[in-house]
Amino acid sequence: MTNAASATNDSSSTPTIAVRGLWKIFGPAEHKVIGTPDADLTRAELLAKTRSTVGVRDVSFDVSPGEVFVVMGLSGSGKSTLVRCLTRLIEPTAGEVLLDGEDIGKASSARLRELRRHRFAMVFQHFGLLPHRRVIDNVAYGLEIRGEDRATRHARAREMISLVGLEGHDNSYPDQLSGGMQQRVGLARALAVDPEVMLFDEPFSALDPLIRRDMQNEVIRLHHEVGKTMIFITHDLAEALKLGDHIVIMRDGAIVQRGKPAELVGAPADEYVADFVRDVPRSHVLTLRWIMRDRQDDDATDGPEFSADTIIRDAIGAAIATDKPIRVIADGTLVGVVDRVQILTAVAGSGGAP
Amino acid sequence: MNIGRLGRLVAGVTTIGLILAACTPAGSGSKGTVNIAINPWVGYEANAAVVAYLLENELGYTVVKKDLKEDVSWQGFETGEVDVIIENWGHPDLEKIYIDEKKVAEVAGTTGNVGIIGWYVPKWMVDENPDIVDSANLNKYADLFKTSESGDLGQFLGSDPSYVQYDEALMTNLGLNFKVVFSGSETASVEAMKQADAQKTPLLLYFWDPHWIHAVADYVQVNLPAYTDGCDADLEKVACAYPEYALNKVISTKFAKEGGDAATLVKNFTWTNADQNLVSDYITNQGMTADAAAAKWVADNEAVWKAWIP
Amino acid sequence: MSAAAATGRLLPSLPRSAWIVLLSAVTAILWIAFAGQYTLPHDNDAATFETINDIREWIDANRNSNIILVVFVTGIRTLITAIFNVFLAVLQGLTWPGLITITAALGLVIGGLRLAALTGLGVLAFGVLGLWNASVDTLALTFTAVLLSLAIGIPLGIVAGRNDRFLAAIQPILDTMQIMPTFAYLAPFALFFLIGPATAAIVTMIYSVPPAIRITALGIRSVAPATVEAATSMGSTARQLLAKVQLPMARQTIVLGINQTIMMALSMVVITALVDAPGLGKDIIRSFQKNDVGQAFDAGLAIVIMAIILDRLTSRASERVDPARRATRPTPPGQTRRFAIVGLVASIVAVAIGTFVLGGGDFPDEIRFTFRGPVNDVTGWVTFNFYFLTEAIKNGVSYGLLNPLQTILTSAPWWLVVATIGGIAFLLSGLRPAVIAIVCLLVTIRIELWQHSMETLTMVLVATGLTLVIGGAFGVLSARSDRFAAFLRPLLDGAQTLPAFVYLVPAVALFGPTRFTGIVAAIIYAIPPVIRLVEIGIRTVPVAVIEAATAAGSTPRQLLWKVQLPMARPALLVAANQGIILVLAMVVVGGLVGAQALGYDVVAGFARRDFFGEGLAAGIAIVLLGIMLDRITQGAGTRQSTAEARPAVARRGA
Repeated sequence: MTNAASATNDSSSTPTIAVRGLWKIFGPAEHKVIGTPDADLTRAELLAKTRSTVGVRDVSFDVSPGEVFVVMGLSGSGKSTLVRCLTRLIEPTAGEVLLDGEDIGKASSARLRELRRHRFAMVFQHFGLLPHRRVIDNVAYGLEIRGEDRATRHARAREMISLVGLEGHDNSYPDQLSGGMQQRVGLARALAVDPEVMLFDEPFSALDPLIRRDMQNEVIRLHHEVGKTMIFITHDLAEALKLGDHIVIMRDGAIVQRGKPAELVGAPADEYVADFVRDVPRSHVLTLRWIMRDRQDDDATDGPEFSADTIIRDAIGAAIATDKPIRVIADGTLVGVVDRVQILTAVAGSGGAP
Repeated sequence: MNIGRLGRLVAGVTTIGLILAACTPAGSGSKGTVNIAINPWVGYEANAAVVAYLLENELGYTVVKKDLKEDVSWQGFETGEVDVIIENWGHPDLEKIYIDEKKVAEVAGTTGNVGIIGWYVPKWMVDENPDIVDSANLNKYADLFKTSESGDLGQFLGSDPSYVQYDEALMTNLGLNFKVVFSGSETASVEAMKQADAQKTPLLLYFWDPHWIHAVADYVQVNLPAYTDGCDADLEKVACAYPEYALNKVISTKFAKEGGDAATLVKNFTWTNADQNLVSDYITNQGMTADAAAAKWVADNEAVWKAWIP
Repeated sequence: MSAAAATGRLLPSLPRSAWIVLLSAVTAILWIAFAGQYTLPHDNDAATFETINDIREWIDANRNSNIILVVFVTGIRTLITAIFNVFLAVLQGLTWPGLITITAALGLVIGGLRLAALTGLGVLAFGVLGLWNASVDTLALTFTAVLLSLAIGIPLGIVAGRNDRFLAAIQPILDTMQIMPTFAYLAPFALFFLIGPATAAIVTMIYSVPPAIRITALGIRSVAPATVEAATSMGSTARQLLAKVQLPMARQTIVLGINQTIMMALSMVVITALVDAPGLGKDIIRSFQKNDVGQAFDAGLAIVIMAIILDRLTSRASERVDPARRATRPTPPGQTRRFAIVGLVASIVAVAIGTFVLGGGDFPDEIRFTFRGPVNDVTGWVTFNFYFLTEAIKNGVSYGLLNPLQTILTSAPWWLVVATIGGIAFLLSGLRPAVIAIVCLLVTIRIELWQHSMETLTMVLVATGLTLVIGGAFGVLSARSDRFAAFLRPLLDGAQTLPAFVYLVPAVALFGPTRFTGIVAAIIYAIPPVIRLVEIGIRTVPVAVIEAATAAGSTPRQLLWKVQLPMARPALLVAANQGIILVLAMVVVGGLVGAQALGYDVVAGFARRDFFGEGLAAGIAIVLLGIMLDRITQGAGTRQSTAEARPAVARRGA
């Protein structure tokens, strides 16, 4: 999936979402910080000086059509604030959010409602279901408030319920379902309005590990089937690496690194990121490009051929089957070779980054 | 869900009720309605019970009794809520406003009852100390009356604030070492009297006659310097007994003009303290309702009330 | 947190106990030096009272000439009287068999057979007690007041639930409405709206609307923020959010608010009998005036039964709308429908029988039962034989607590009292409560009721202290023994709903017309919630903590003193706060049985024209005392919790 999606990303057209210089400051000094020297203070310093907290600090990024864009960070890093600023559930202090070129910040409240009803849909950590409504009416809520008649919205809701695998639970109430099932309702509700962009705010962190894995696979499946643009917030690196075409890592409200999964693992920008990725099995994330060496004259030239974008793990079998070094090909030409030493080093989890 | 169904049930039943209520026949032909204020003491209720009974059963009026304190009753004359106050204990301030200034009420003769306000002690105290009945000797006994409420002084139990009283001025002006502690209600005063009688605890208090308690517990009036005309003119300097009240009836001017036979009956009504105490006793101690008490008295005393009927 | 921070900033770092000792010492020295000077003795003819009297005279004189006053007041009065008459006509038109059956049917649909039996028999009891018509009047009056309260309270509650500023603005007004003694505004309202059910409904509404507003606001506010956010993110308009999310999710809380509103209204309708409101209140007041405990007991019992019926119906209804209950205790399918049909048919048949067979007649006189005789016998016996004991208790408390405290408060210079109370408020609760307390005290001086306020404050403090000690002990016992709790529960329900006028007569017989009688009435009224709060506080200590402490070898006694009570502290502070407010509500009732001071002033102001000003001012003074004590105790609660939070932060930092 990663390979397929990154291909679309590379052929970059206009971004679906473009964020430019986004700030959110909470507290009395909300509008008195940006553009002054105070803007360079650390979070703690600013809090002490102005009793205001930086939620999001000068964030910019593009999200391409159809990609899964992951925002990752620990709690308090500002990632949830960031995603809420996108649809102005939290009003940003400064900066622009463009949806297909339209500045959401300038939308009137009616226009904003229009966007929220048709273009965005969000899935929440604590589900946010309506306990007094049946599953089908929860899923149909977004259609209901935009005025669609009962038959239409129920038909669509039923479709979505079966899409997320909840057939037969139409008439249950949310509190009769398990957590994982409730989040499937949340998913179905978001999908029901056929949005252009889906926002996920740590949707699986309240779930058990096994169910979480199922749900991640579910998202991957849905992404394949419906092909929405997705912005996914998480504090779980494995989840980010598993789902993300592009990942940004946030700390204290600012982006500390951005890139494809392999870039983060292969080349952490600072100690903070390095700490994060330390325990990631490198062979599961890095591609051959990250560990290949230049071809030397005594290398056999008839070893197996692999694309430079192949994940290391997928080349292990071939490497074991032959004594000869693997030839790494990009754009039809040989760019380097990989032999067992590099592969074993990567699997053992040390070194490997150029 | 359930609530919707419940709501429909309630709505349905309510509708039925409304329809039925509309169908039930209204009151039969009455000669008119008389609003009698019921002031909060039993003697008053006795007067009202008898008058109301006669108005309803002999003259065919509808009587509405309204439980009201004195002040509020007088207000009722102005608003048309009250037609009759059947036992008035001299309220010069209210008479001035509603009779003289606003001209919404007028006196409708006396009730025949004589109201006595005074200071009382239990009889057993008088038996032990005969000279206690003279207010000049009270200081000698002040210590007996000392309670947790009166500090170093003897306690004098004042009453419900709505009654005419100037005991605090009397204490000062007669040089008595007593502190006035207000019981706050007739009920509290009566309970205190019962207990002082039963437990033989000393008690000196403001009270009055006619009242049914005198049939239950023996109390003796303490003699204050005699009342003379105008001795209570300046409440700061008053040093004499309370006057005797010839209790009267007050009716609204509208009722006086348009009340017909009912107004005449009210004006004619007059009886003795014994009559009133009897009916009060029926109500308080014999467990009768006011109406039943009135019926019993009316049955036994036809000669008295025949004279009132127009 | 700001209060605690302020205290921290303003005081050098001595422990709080040291400051309290210091404050006491300085106060004691100043009191010895200045006792008897700078006092403010009471004067019945104070200028303030005269001014208020003059205002009253003016209104009285202009009431009929001021067009706006006439139209506005008459309009409201006419409307409310009409509502009352409709309720009354419906309830009467249903006839007695109809009303009994319909109440039972409601019980059946809402709660099943047991509730149906309870409600049906309860309504039947009104007739058996010989109080059918009075009970119907009271019901109609209660419904009128509740309807008004909800019509005003729910919309305001919704606004307050969605708007912080609005909530903050109405909070003090709601406090005042609940602390202000009804007696104090009974006379002014009768002045405007005349006597009768309209005035009764309005004054009742003033008392019962605050819970409707507060609980609705709470319901809206406690809707899970995640849900509101989710609905917003989907593009709900404010109206859709309210109608489709907030109101349905707050439904259970709002029904609970209706329950509270009904209970409050019911506790107030008795007193409105003083402005000629029809109903059981009249029977109770009349019996009180005749010292007839037995008769008052019958009517009081009818009120209690009515309270139980309405409480069970509404609280079961609120359980029913609780979505969480659906999963755990689902109603068997079809049962509700079956019950509804049975109930509806039975109701129609009963109404028809009542109307056409019985001709809409009164409840038959032949079916009668009264507690009057036995209750009067028992009361008589108890008051005669226990007098020696109660006299001793009364004297003990009066000489031991009331008199010394009252002497100190009334003989100390006024500035010393103000400064000391301000200091205590500052040490316990912080700067803001201290400022509020000082302002309240200064206003009582301004309205010339200092001495009476100090006397009433004495009684309130002693009553609250006794309530907390006794209530605390009973609460601990209830928490430790389910059987004791079960035994106590109906007594507490009774004590809270039985009108004070019923037990005032034996109380005054036992304790005489004294301040202590007022205190006894206050304790009876205030103790049930204190006991409940203490019990809940102790019972809700987490099981894990108890297990850990037990595993460490604590004795039950150690468990109580070292674990349960300290952990129940927030509940205990709420209990103290509640206790004070409820005690204040009984100050005026105390005035009826010899408590003097502000309570008596209010009673006198109601009864006599020339005391009107003093009575109204005394009502205000009671509110001021209430606000002062409320803020000090509430502040102490929040301060405690922040004080606990602080070391935790410090630890994390280190």
